[in-house]
Parts: sequence; structure tokens; C-alpha cells
Amino acid sequence: MIRFTGKGVYGAIAAGKISIFKRQDVQVRRVKVENPEEELARLAAAKKAALDQLSEIYQKALKEVGEANAQIFEIHMMMVEDDDYNEAIEEMINGQSVNAEYAVAVTADNFAEMFASMEDSYMQARAADVRDISNRIIACMSGCTDEKTASDEKVIICADDLAPSETVSLDKERVLAFVTAHGSSNSHTAILARNMNIPAIIGLGEAFLREIHDGDMAIADGFTGEFILSPDEETLKACRQKQQAESEKKELLQKLKGKENITLDGTKINIYANIGSADNIGAVLLNDAGGIGLFRSEFLYLENTDYPSEEDQLKVYKRVLESMAARKVIIRTLDIGADKQADYFKLEREENPALGLRAIRLCLSRPEIFRTQLKALYRASVYGNLGIMFPMITSVSELEEILALCEEVKAELKRDHIEYAENVELGIMIETPAAAIISDRLAPMVDFFSVGTNDLTQYTLACDRQNPHIERFCDTHHEAILRLIEISAKNAHKHGAWIGICGELAADTSLTETFLRMGIDELSVSPGFVLKVRDAVRSIDLSKPPTDFFLANKL
Amino acid sequence: MRTFEYTIQDELGIHARPAGKLAKTAKALDSEITITKGGKTVGAAKLMALMGLGVKCGDTITVSITGGNEEASEKTMKEFLEGNL
Repeated sequence: MIRFTGKGVYGAIAAGKISIFKRQDVQVRRVKVENPEEELARLAAAKKAALDQLSEIYQKALKEVGEANAQIFEIHMMMVEDDDYNEAIEEMINGQSVNAEYAVAVTADNFAEMFASMEDSYMQARAADVRDISNRIIACMSGCTDEKTASDEKVIICADDLAPSETVSLDKERVLAFVTAHGSSNSHTAILARNMNIPAIIGLGEAFLREIHDGDMAIADGFTGEFILSPDEETLKACRQKQQAESEKKELLQKLKGKENITLDGTKINIYANIGSADNIGAVLLNDAGGIGLFRSEFLYLENTDYPSEEDQLKVYKRVLESMAARKVIIRTLDIGADKQADYFKLEREENPALGLRAIRLCLSRPEIFRTQLKALYRASVYGNLGIMFPMITSVSELEEILALCEEVKAELKRDHIEYAENVELGIMIETPAAAIISDRLAPMVDFFSVGTNDLTQYTLACDRQNPHIERFCDTHHEAILRLIEISAKNAHKHGAWIGICGELAADTSLTETFLRMGIDELSVSPGFVLKVRDAVRSIDLSKPPTDFFLANKL
Repeated sequence: MRTFEYTIQDELGIHARPAGKLAKTAKALDSEITITKGGKTVGAAKLMALMGLGVKCGDTITVSITGGNEEASEKTMKEFLEGNL
């Protein structure tokens, strides 16, 4: 058993036999020709054949991956007919009296080189497109057959790299997965794989090619990017279980996608998703979340070597808001502390970072950082339906300070004639016992509460969640926590605010009924749990007596 | 000859798909269209050259229209850029 790790570009898992992708390896040699006219005629014929093939591939792609993704082959056709490209080839044939194959290969190298040397990684990836069309033209001059895999069995296709046209040309019915040694997630090949719903891993490295043989068993895990060659029984079993879980999830998706989050007696609740980076939006939409209940903005800071600028932040917020269209997106302001920080923050080491200079405390201590983020958020607000949420609130005065800062930022924007939305909702995390206890004072100041159950548990029960020795004392269903949530819900509603839960407890379906009875308006969970919670909500009947022991007895 | 400037709004700049559309649009016109960015000028109907300019979001390009019905061509190019890039 050997493991290789690459980058999974489509989340799915497959196990089966390997088939090594063979392409006609066309060796291009430089040959002096007597009659360049003849070469030009061969070139013209090959180009025509290549265009016919591409048009066929375009039609296939249109059916399998949709118009937006099929367009690349239209681009390929235009590349084949590109003036500069053709002039360069023709000039070489005429000027140097060389064979057409050689002229195409050299021209391809030159153009590919131009793209590869561009700054932009997207443009760099276009070098592969030039090579792809050029190889096709060359192949058409030397016989012109598209190789097909012969076996009937479904296989994992292994290759050094796959050109977009090769990816689409693969017979979907025979492909379990495809894995490559090279490639970028920006490539059209990766994009096509995602749209063909085929598990795919790229960038496994050269070593992987040396170890594989046709017919070897392997597992390709598109979730983790892991490729396991000759897996043992145990690993295979784990893989099958994962596949099983996946197919169940898919079934759930089929059954529940587009359905309302409504109980049997007609009570509705919003189910939103938690995400930690803009890259997760795909998962949010795929799992049919009604919005984003918690967008952790930390990654913007942790992934950088210096404070992210207002413009940089704006770009990310705008992208998220636009991708979610009119759906609610709640962005939580910076939530880091000494235990989770970027070097440039230069935070001092703390004995007890959980109780230290973190989250809103850090933002209020360094208002210039906070102000930049707020400004970026307000500027982004015109692109969608934004809510801003502040973490780790413990007092009314903190909130007053925050709200005053928001007003200042808005006044500045107004002064500079920069647009922002007037309907931005402001809310706070309820993750300290203090906030829950004074929620009657906090609720009139905000539009919403969101309960962070992880920290609320830690602070209420005085339990460090990282410490494995106290796990049994760290009861996440502890009555104290549920009471704090209930108090917060009552106070929120009394003052016209709504309340959600965005911690791990939100996805705990044994509590869904409890939360519904408390009047919780929104549950925000990892994208993968959205439908599981929807399923739970749809099976609950609040008109019946509570089945939940805690509710029946204590509340 | 007519010229106008345009600042690219599309987040990805002139990437493959809009470059393809742009080249198609320019080719269909009876005027000669060129695009200049950072001192480099290319024919707008030439896809690869266009992509090779590496025009990014926020870059300003100069579009020149020569010959044919310049007024109509300018209008078409403006509409295309505003609608697609």
C-alpha cells in the first residue's frame, strides 16, 4: 500500500482498477522539404480535421458539462484559426522549408511559452490549451485517430496530465476517477471534472507515475486528495463506508434539495451554513443552505503576511455576497487571539489566551484594524444582503463602542460619496455567559444574536475543549447552557431581534426540537449538515407534547 | 480613426472566454480594431495576442477603430466591453 497526496478537485471517492492513459506520442522531427506548398496543403487539411473533431467535442461537452464549460472548445477552435498562430506556422514552413509538423510544434512552444511567462496564474494555465490544439493538429497530420480505452470495466484513469479535450473525450461511463501527476486547479480540466461529477485528483507528483501499472487496485479520494495504490483490506473497507455515506448524502440531497425547512405543524426555521473561506461557497450552494450564518473572516488575516487592505477585503466580501445573490450573508469580524494569530499581529504570549486579548477585545484595542474591516464590509454591503456580527461580547459598553465606530465609518463613507447599504443588519455572538445573562440589555441595541455554543460551553462550564482529560465534564447538553440559550432567545424576541445558533450544537439533531421550541429562528451549520438538519426539522411536530426530556420537565 | 478608453471591470480581466467573444465581435466589424495596453498594441480580432496582453481587472485599455463605418464600430465595441468586461 502506497499513499500519494495531491489536490482533490472534485469531492467524491472511487475504488477500482487503474488504467494508464496512453496518448499517441507524436515524435516531431525537423525535416527539410522540397515543396512548402505541399506542407501548407497538409496543414490546411489537418486544421480542418482538427476543427471537425473539436466541434464534435464541443457538442459532447455541451451535453455533459453545459454551455459555460463547453465554451473552452469554442476558444480552441478560434485558437486553431488564430491569425498570428497561423502566420507564424506558415512563415516557418515557407521561410525555412520545414515540415508542417515541426512548424506547428515550434510555434506551439513559442505561444505556450508566452502564456507560461505571464504573471497571472490563470493565463499561465492557458499554455496547456495551446499545446492541446497543436498536438491535435499534429496528430491529424500523422494518421488522426483518437485512442479509446478498450476495456469495458470502469477504471481509474491515471495520466501525467490531461488536456481539456482529452478529459471531455473520455467515456464517462467507463471512468471511475481520474488522477494526474501534474495540473493546476485553475485548469479547465479541473473545472470540467467538477462538472462531470467525476472524482479527480491532480498534482500527485512524478513519483506516482513510476509506481503505477495497468490493472493495479487503487482508491482515489477526491475529498482529501489522497491516492492509495494497492490498498489493504481495511483501507478498502473504510473507503466503501465513505462511499456509502456519500451515496446516502446524495440521496438526502435528491430528496430534500429545494424543500422548505418546515416542521410537520408548519413552523419554519432558517438553516444557513458556516464557512471559513470564500472557496466554500460551492458547498453552501450545493447543499442548498438558505444563507451564510457565519462567515469567519479570520482566513483573510491568517493567510496573509501583512494586514489585508480594505480593497483586498472588499474583493472577497463582494464575491461572497454576489455568489449568494440576495440570500443573507453574515460576516463575523476578526476573531483571533494569542493562540491563533498571524505573526505580523505581534501579540504577546498569554498564559490563558482563551481569556485574553482576543476577538472584539483585540479589535477595540487596535481600532485601525477594526475600522479597515468595517469599511470594507460596509462598502461590500451594496452587493448583497449583509449582516455583520461581532464576536465575544461581554458588556453593553463594548457594544456601544462598536456601534459608535460603525456610525463613524458610515459617516466617512457618506462624506466621500461612497455607497453602502442602509439595511445592513448588526448582531452579536452570544458566547459568554455574561452576554446571555444581560441579553435583555443587549437585544434592543442589535438586529440579531447568534449563539456560539463552542465558546459558550467552554466559558460556562469552565472546561477547556482542547483538554482530553476533562471530556466527561464538558457536557455540551448541560442544562446551564440550554438555559442561557433560552434566556437569550426570550430576550431577543422581546426586543424584536432574531436569534440563531452557529456553534456545533446547531447541527446536533437531538436538540433540534429543543431549539425549535425555544423559538430559535436560525441554525447555521457546516454545509454538509444542512440537509441532515432539514431532514430532522421536517420530521418534528411541535403540536405534540415535547418528546425532549429536558423540555418536558424543566422548561 | 476613432479611439476611446475603457477600464476593465471584470474580476478576471480579459480571460479566455471574453477574449474569444471580443475577437469574434471585432472580426465581424468592417473596421480595423486594435487594443493597446501598456504601450503594446494588438489586433482585437486576434485571440491569442489579445490574451497575451494580460489585461487585468482595473487596467485601462485604449481601443482604436480605423476604416469602415467607424461610428457604428465604436458603438458596437463600447457596448460589447460594457456588457462583457
